[in-house]
Amino acid sequence: MSILKVNDIKKSYGAIRAVDGVSFAVEPGEILGVIGPNGSGKTTLFNSILGQIKPDSGRVEFEGVDISGKSPLELSRLGVGRTFQNLQVFGKLSLRDNLIVAAQEFHGSFWGRMFAPSDNGLGARADEMIELFRLGHVADLPAGSLSYGQQKLVDIAMAFMPAPRLVLLDEPCAGVNPSLVDGLRDLLVQLNQRQGGSFVVIEHNMDFVMKLCHRIVCMVEGRVLAVGRPEEIQSNRAVLEAYLGN
Amino acid sequence: MTDFLQLLISGIATGSIYAMAALGFTLLWQASGTINFAQGEFVMLPAFSMLIAMAMGLPLWAAFVVALIVSVLVLGMAFKRFIVDPMRASGVISIVVATLGLSIGLKSFVKAGYSAEPHPFPSVFGDEVFKLAGVTISYSDVGALLFAGLMVLGLQLFLNKTLTGRAMQAVAQNTFSAEALGINVKRMIFYTFAINAILVTVTALLITPTYLAKFDMGDNIGLKAFFAAIIGGFNNSRGALLGGVIVGVLENLVGAYITPSYKDGVALALFLAVILVKPDGLLGTPAERKV
Amino acid sequence: MTLSKQHLALLTLGLAALAIAPSLLKTYGLYLLTLWLVYIIAALGLNLTVGYAGLKSLCHAGFMGVGAYTVAILMKAGVSFWLATPVAISLCFVLGLLIGFPALRVQLHYLGFATLGFNLLLMLFFRNEEWLTGGTFGIQNIKRPELFGFSFNGNLAFYYLALVITVVSAALLAYLLRSPWGRAFAALRDNPIRAESTGVNITAYTLMSFAIGAAYAGLAGALFAPLVNFIEPAPFGLGMSLLFLMMVVVGGSGKFYGPVLGSAIALLLPEYLRFAKDWYLAIFGFAVVAMMIWLPGGLLSIRERWLLHKAKTASDKTATNAGAV
Repeated sequence: MSILKVNDIKKSYGAIRAVDGVSFAVEPGEILGVIGPNGSGKTTLFNSILGQIKPDSGRVEFEGVDISGKSPLELSRLGVGRTFQNLQVFGKLSLRDNLIVAAQEFHGSFWGRMFAPSDNGLGARADEMIELFRLGHVADLPAGSLSYGQQKLVDIAMAFMPAPRLVLLDEPCAGVNPSLVDGLRDLLVQLNQRQGGSFVVIEHNMDFVMKLCHRIVCMVEGRVLAVGRPEEIQSNRAVLEAYLGN
Repeated sequence: MTDFLQLLISGIATGSIYAMAALGFTLLWQASGTINFAQGEFVMLPAFSMLIAMAMGLPLWAAFVVALIVSVLVLGMAFKRFIVDPMRASGVISIVVATLGLSIGLKSFVKAGYSAEPHPFPSVFGDEVFKLAGVTISYSDVGALLFAGLMVLGLQLFLNKTLTGRAMQAVAQNTFSAEALGINVKRMIFYTFAINAILVTVTALLITPTYLAKFDMGDNIGLKAFFAAIIGGFNNSRGALLGGVIVGVLENLVGAYITPSYKDGVALALFLAVILVKPDGLLGTPAERKV
Repeated sequence: MTLSKQHLALLTLGLAALAIAPSLLKTYGLYLLTLWLVYIIAALGLNLTVGYAGLKSLCHAGFMGVGAYTVAILMKAGVSFWLATPVAISLCFVLGLLIGFPALRVQLHYLGFATLGFNLLLMLFFRNEEWLTGGTFGIQNIKRPELFGFSFNGNLAFYYLALVITVVSAALLAYLLRSPWGRAFAALRDNPIRAESTGVNITAYTLMSFAIGAAYAGLAGALFAPLVNFIEPAPFGLGMSLLFLMMVVVGGSGKFYGPVLGSAIALLLPEYLRFAKDWYLAIFGFAVVAMMIWLPGGLLSIRERWLLHKAKTASDKTATNAGAV
């Protein structure tokens, strides 16, 4: 069974059809990229999947359950994680606490956590992530005091902390120093192999997407232009035209 | 019935005065995210500047002009420059606490430096009343209503019809895009502070004859302004007028027909009812969630 | 809980000082010291709401009033202090939930206004419902508690009672803050949107932080009534609520000992600034404004700023050496 099924999503703003009947499915363990020129409807699609926007029609299923219109809280409880395009960390909490808070609510009961140990049993897990992301030297600093690139990594690490079965990554490379992009890709590949789960990645950086993703959906003007493995997309005429014609 | 009409008219008059303070409050919030908890004291200060100017022998109109200038300089320019601007980075709570501190400071300053007693204040429209179909109406009520109505409508026209006004609205809606469009955001925000200063000065002129000039007169006005603003719709300038009038009228009616002891609780009850039923206020539009 | 040695030593020292202090003080000094403890309890609760969870609460004195009146009224009716106090605390907790709920439906900003209005409403209630609260005359001759035949009537005995209650309630709060709840509160304060997407139930935590804060105010009120023996509406007005907020912010909001320092300043400053008379509050108000401009983190943030500066410099060095991210 597919992890995520997007079925004929449509969303218009007045006369503009931002998303015009998009369907695709994400398989277990798959990294799916969504690319497309500016204004192709990627963000609207992303927000529809995450329940931030109510699509005019269509259906989004996560593991066979309809998730359209679910709140961020409900989605996180179902096992859907996400990263943010702009920086979204807990500024005054230490980096380590940022990671723990990202997973602590999934262990134990609300009242039980009042009496639980401070790290709610997640200290080792957080250290593992800190190690993987090579953030050890800043682990105890307030996240808000870190550099942009470091905060970006914190944001991504937070999404993976509870080992969600699906993670949506919103432009993970945006604002990241180009020299660090390869490192970020390796990290995501490692995470995918280590803890499984499926990823959906929206990204502008073509090179990054081509090397990271197993399959790519190319959107143009609110529709799916092509779906396929990176090399298929790279050699797809229509895709090239859509990009060059822009 | 005549009682009821009388209460209604004076309620509308008081309410339209609340509306002006509420309007200034909303404008500041929209343009710069400043929640001004000292708005009541911003009404109290011009009242005392007028009082001082009159004590020096100026007629009321001249005192009003002096107060206008002082307000724009102090409550507009200095407030923005020295208090709001430096705090932009440290978040809303800091501004809330700072304006609360300012409110205490200004109140106590006037109390200690001028007087703790209430002072009578002349009405622009005199103390006479007239009768219309058996209803006694005071000139000052009619005057306040007209004056406040004109101010609010004029401001509405300014915001919607003039280039500057529209630029100010653009800044309020989206500072970032406004800047990208080449609007001088800083200046527009300053205009908002200046307009707020003018609004509170006019409010002081109209409300002080009934409230009397006292160091803590702002407590009540400030509170009514907050609630009127939210009841009408925090992101809508016409909402402030509607909210102010509703609060003014209901207060009068509750005070007369139900219980005078809880007159001051009316605004709160109304506020709670409104945010439960229509969270964005009566005329407000839902704010898009920013992610 | 792990406390550093330095922290533990300071804490022991502070508690020892509080235990010895009464022998150095006269009646008025002892009264002030007891009042400080009462303020500390209230301000600790407000710090949870404002400093840790980042909510605007402007009716803390109102809640304290509810606690004080509940205890006074129940004790007048013959109920024991030890029973009346839990009632007062629970009542404030429930009121906190009730007032927080409508505001939360909309925008966190509204919580400030809702609480402001609520304090006003409570004042009207205290003043107008004479049959229950004695109106502006208040309630007089409130007794101090007894336990197993031992009376806390003496000032010294009551001081030690207040001290024990303060220490216990501070410890409970510290326990709560070190649990995962504490981290969830901070997450809520720092970034509610992100918090929700990581599974933090912001509605539940917001309500709890608000209600627990109110309960602490209720406990403070329960001690305040027998301390002063006589209550009337005045000390529970909006002005006092604002003063509580200042205590938290001036000391250092979101720092555990912030309210301890802040309430000492709020209480002692007027004593030392007696010569300034009415000017005192003016100076205080403007000082708060100045502080928000230059030191928004409060007095206790000075040390933290310095430590952060040091740590940053150190980590920058390691980063350069390791050539890492």
